[in-house]
Amino acid sequence: MTTPVQSANTAVAPEMAAASYSYPSPLAEFWASFRANRGASAALVFMAFMVIAALFAPWLAPHDPIEQHRDILLLSPAWTAQGQWSFLLGTDELGRDILSRLMHGARVSMTIGLVSVVLSLLPGIVLGLVSAFYPKAVGTAIMRAMDIMMALPSLLLAVAIVAVLGPGLTNTMIAIAVVSLPSYVRLTRASAMSELGRDYVIAARLAGAGKLRLMFNTVLPNCMAPVIVQATLGFSSAILDAAALGFLGLGAQPPLPEWGTMLASARDYIESAWWVVTMPGITILFNVVALNLMGDGLRDALDPKLKKLA
Amino acid sequence: MSLLEIKNLSVEFGSQDNPFRAVQDVNLSINRGEIVGIVGESGSGKSVTMLALMGLIEAPGRVTADQLVFDGQDLMTMSPAAKRHLVGKDVAMIFQDALTSLNPAYTVGFQLMETLRLHMGLSKSEAQKRALELLELVEIPAAKSRLSAYPHQLSGGMSQRVMIAMAIACNPKLLIADEPTTALDVTVQAQIMDLLVSLQKSQDMALILITHDLAVIAEVAHRVAVMYAGEIVETSPVPEIFYRPHHPYTQALLASIPEHSKGAERLATLPGVVPGQYDRPIGCLLSPRCPYANEKCRNEHPKLTQTHGSFVRCFTPLDEAGRPIV
Repeated sequence: MTTPVQSANTAVAPEMAAASYSYPSPLAEFWASFRANRGASAALVFMAFMVIAALFAPWLAPHDPIEQHRDILLLSPAWTAQGQWSFLLGTDELGRDILSRLMHGARVSMTIGLVSVVLSLLPGIVLGLVSAFYPKAVGTAIMRAMDIMMALPSLLLAVAIVAVLGPGLTNTMIAIAVVSLPSYVRLTRASAMSELGRDYVIAARLAGAGKLRLMFNTVLPNCMAPVIVQATLGFSSAILDAAALGFLGLGAQPPLPEWGTMLASARDYIESAWWVVTMPGITILFNVVALNLMGDGLRDALDPKLKKLA
Repeated sequence: MSLLEIKNLSVEFGSQDNPFRAVQDVNLSINRGEIVGIVGESGSGKSVTMLALMGLIEAPGRVTADQLVFDGQDLMTMSPAAKRHLVGKDVAMIFQDALTSLNPAYTVGFQLMETLRLHMGLSKSEAQKRALELLELVEIPAAKSRLSAYPHQLSGGMSQRVMIAMAIACNPKLLIADEPTTALDVTVQAQIMDLLVSLQKSQDMALILITHDLAVIAEVAHRVAVMYAGEIVETSPVPEIFYRPHHPYTQALLASIPEHSKGAERLATLPGVVPGQYDRPIGCLLSPRCPYANEKCRNEHPKLTQTHGSFVRCFTPLDEAGRPIV
């Protein structure tokens, strides 16, 4: 009675066993999830545009960023009555083309963002892992030092550091890196500690993994998702901080076309020539918003708990 | 000579002046190719004993032992580096929850190959070949494509098979399985147990099976140690313990199997709970719960003594009819 069914089953079984399963690659999964977030996708396109503008600024920019056209000071943007199409966004108080300065400024801001994030990310991860693995004396010492740094207002601390090291682009990056260090340390430590109690860490120790291997090979890859998100958001706050320091005259020094410095020098013309202030301001705003949107998209794509909820 | 010899192993947690003894004076010896079961209720010290053996108890836990010898090598005096190498290669362990025992950040193949390359010194291609062999050995279908799977893409039974493959990767002499089937459903449980036992035979490993499933013990183990509140209360060869339990706790444990209470209105239980840090009895640890306890049981701590073929920690071990010998 049941014979036909059974034989059918046994005929199917070896075929199933021989079938091969292909799993979606983690990258493809991440990309599909990131693309589903429209805000993040738009931000990615905008940032790609900014990166291209920054990378190829010397070739794309219509003018030299520090060349002064003394005959056309404070020329208004091209779409206004007095505008000229060769100076799309107008010129500043020294007759320099604002568009060209913004494009070259993108290079400076991207560099500041990238360098200061890397400078605080790497020591932050190492310090965070060490404090999670040695929670007693070393961990406590590190965390209390971080608490002290967090107790000071970050901009004030950055100003103090720049005041000690002297103004300039390199010192700005160092100051921003130091100021944003505690958030990476705390984040890495928190996620490493929650991973440390998992069975796979015990299994790795059982298999004879040493402390270094446990830290960097076993635990760290599982803590990376929140750290990556924090780094993206840190990128935008680095740009903001650099602009703030530049505005205070402590960051990049003129004639280097840095967005914050541009804002600062345009302060006097805020009532007579609105575009000199508005253009760098809008650029900073758009960049920071785009980076934050990207950070949100990354978080949704990397954190399985938030996936498919929206 | 036995493969593993544990003498008077104790593990303490908590402060120096008010310690909690999670494991107290455990003696256990395992022969090559032997299957030994360790049973006992939750909190009786089964897992802590094994973790202590592997050197995985961290401060504030303290491990003391008179002797801890594995395969002729003294684990107490060995350098940490040598111990790490020995433990990773010759002793392996499987955990209860396979889904969390695999590192979620790496593929199955990578995790298998990492162990092989570090402990066996295999090249990348050799390790890959061996990893594939191992997955086939633990009967994972479509083994080749599973090498590139991440742990979250596998089912519970499949993860446990991968864990077993990783455990036997370096041909260990001793495999410790800490409740290997508790998190799995019944049909998969049987498959995994069959697999473990057949691998134990073909690889000639000793197997320590920690479980609270007495049916599993009855089926596969050669010898069983019953633990209660951190102590071994009885060790016995396997058929013997099911027909003639000598310790009242073993008797109660066997009676609590639901099948033994068929037709009865209530399941058989032992009243009370395992003593904690603050209500530890002076005498026999079971005395507050034991139906046969007398004055001596309450005031003196019994030692493990030989009764027939078994070792029992009781002043009034039970006879063949399950009554205390006075």
